[in-house]
Amino acid sequence: MTKWIMAILLASFGAACLAAEAPPAAEDPVLERRVKALSEELRCLVCQNQSLADSNADLAIDLRNQVRELMQAGKSDEEIREFMVGRYGDFVLYSPPVKASTLVLWGGPFVLLVIGVVLLATYVRRRERQLRAQAMSTEDRARARALLDGTGYEEK
Amino acid sequence: MARALIPLLVFALISVFLWVGLSLNPREVPSPLIGKPAPAFELPQLRESGGMVRSEDLKGRVWLLNVFASWCTPCLEEHPHLVQLAQRGVVPVYGLNYKDKREAALQWLGRHGDPYTGIAVDVEGRTGIEYGVYGVPETFVIDRDGVIRYKHIGPLDPRVLDEEVLPLVARLQQ
Repeated sequence: MTKWIMAILLASFGAACLAAEAPPAAEDPVLERRVKALSEELRCLVCQNQSLADSNADLAIDLRNQVRELMQAGKSDEEIREFMVGRYGDFVLYSPPVKASTLVLWGGPFVLLVIGVVLLATYVRRRERQLRAQAMSTEDRARARALLDGTGYEEK
Repeated sequence: MARALIPLLVFALISVFLWVGLSLNPREVPSPLIGKPAPAFELPQLRESGGMVRSEDLKGRVWLLNVFASWCTPCLEEHPHLVQLAQRGVVPVYGLNYKDKREAALQWLGRHGDPYTGIAVDVEGRTGIEYGVYGVPETFVIDRDGVIRYKHIGPLDPRVLDEEVLPLVARLQQ
């Protein structure tokens, strides 16, 4: 008897869990895939290091629903991006647009790269000059040749 | 000699970057709405008296829109300052009750005071999205032409009110 009750309880809890999980993905898989793809590019403003797709914050859920609705209304991804930027600023985009205020962000790494290359080049050139300055004397050269020839070398 | 100074200079440079970088608040996202017309809304009043709050009806006046909710703890922090502001009567403060329950909101106002000239109910947070709200409380200053002139994210304090909000309101009211 208790076994039966347990079984029924387990079954009903299982169903409850499924009921809570299922609705969002159910309707239109193509649309859901689009919603997911776009919301991965958008930042959740409450938990700033998560995308809208990852976050379960209230606002993220609302904004995902908003994205879904705009898509259902036939808006393109670009139009939806504009909708979000118009309200929350470039900050919602994980890849911000290139403009005056983001120039350092986009150009900075290249500037650093150029500085690095210049520093490396001057260092290499200076080192080369140093080595050339310490070139071998004729005496050393003769000694080296003698060693290589195997004829030995006699100290004077 | 000059060489010995390089580490010091690098250190100074990094210090400056850290000093500036760490004092920025990453939660304060500049609002693209400043200088733009405030999104229009027509929402039911929170109070029993009923009726609607229409942003259109507020044209020709400078007003504040304060986004609040009874579930929002930082709202409690700014609330006394809003109540005080309302008593001074310099500028009408409208509330946007954001994703809240009516009874909870009314109870909360009963307990902590009600500074609002009118309170619009935004149960689903749609108007909040239109205003780019992402953290409650938020406060907007809207001018006579219905243009958003200022936005403050997070609880208002006397400093922000006296140094930023009120001087701006006075200028706009002239």
